[in-house]
Amino acid sequence: MEIRRDVFQAIADPTRRTILSLVMLQAMTPSAIAENFDSKRQTISKHIQILTECQLLTQKQMGREIYYHFNSSKMKEIADWLVPFTKMWDDRFNKLESVMKKYKSKK
Amino acid sequence: MEQKTKINAEDGKQEVIITREFDLPLELLFKAYVEPEIVEQWMGTKVLKLENKKHGSYQFETTDPKGNKYRFNGAIHEFSPNKKITRTFEFEGMPFGVQLEFLAFEKLSDDSSKLTIHSLYESAVQRDQVLKMGMTQGINMAHNRLQEIVNKLK
Repeated sequence: MEIRRDVFQAIADPTRRTILSLVMLQAMTPSAIAENFDSKRQTISKHIQILTECQLLTQKQMGREIYYHFNSSKMKEIADWLVPFTKMWDDRFNKLESVMKKYKSKK
Repeated sequence: MEQKTKINAEDGKQEVIITREFDLPLELLFKAYVEPEIVEQWMGTKVLKLENKKHGSYQFETTDPKGNKYRFNGAIHEFSPNKKITRTFEFEGMPFGVQLEFLAFEKLSDDSSKLTIHSLYESAVQRDQVLKMGMTQGINMAHNRLQEIVNKLK
C-alpha cells in the first residue's frame, strides 16, 4: 500500500532539505546524493523515496543510471502556502481597522 | 492593494510571527482586543467570556455557514493595558494542541500603531498543521462573507 506523503512533512526533515538543496543545483544519481552524507545508503534512499513520493523530486532514466531532478513547480506550491493564511489575517485586521475608525468618529 | 500584514514562519520552527501596522492610535488598537462587542465585530465571533486580567480566561464561538459551531478558548497570563497580552489559545475539539501567544502593542505615532503576535506551538509539525488549516479556514471565511453579502441582496 502506498502512503500518501505530505509535502510539508517532507521538508520538515533537515536531511531531506539538504538533499533538495543538492539536487536543486544539478540532477544527481542516488549514489552521488548519498556520498554527501555520513548516514547509511538505505537511510538516504528512504529520504529520496519520500521526496519522490511527494513529487519534490522526479526520476529520469539516463542509460543505466537513474537521475533525480528537482521539481520547482512543487516547491512553488510550498512557497505559496502562506498566502491564504496571510490573507485571512490581513482581512481580519482590515476589519479591525475599519471598525475602530468608525468607533473613533462616533465618539 | 498591498497586504499590510506580514507573516514570518521559518521552515522547521515551531513559531509564527505576525506583524501589522494600523492607522489607529495605540489606545484604539488595544481597545479592539479588550471590548467584547468590538471583538465580535472584527473577529466575526461571539464572545462567550473575556476576562482581561491575569489569571483570567476567554472563550469565543464562531458559526460556519452550515450552522456548525466552533469554540476556542484560552487563559490570560499577562494583561498590561496598551502594551502586552500573554495568553494561550486552543481550538476546542481539534487536534492542534495549545498555543502560547504574546501580543505586543506599540505606539508608532499619535495615530498609528503596531501589533506583533508571536505564537508558539508544541512542535514544528503542529505549527504547519495549523497554518495549513488556516488555508481552509480562510476559504471558509471568504464563503461566510459571500453568504452575508448574498443574504443582504435578497
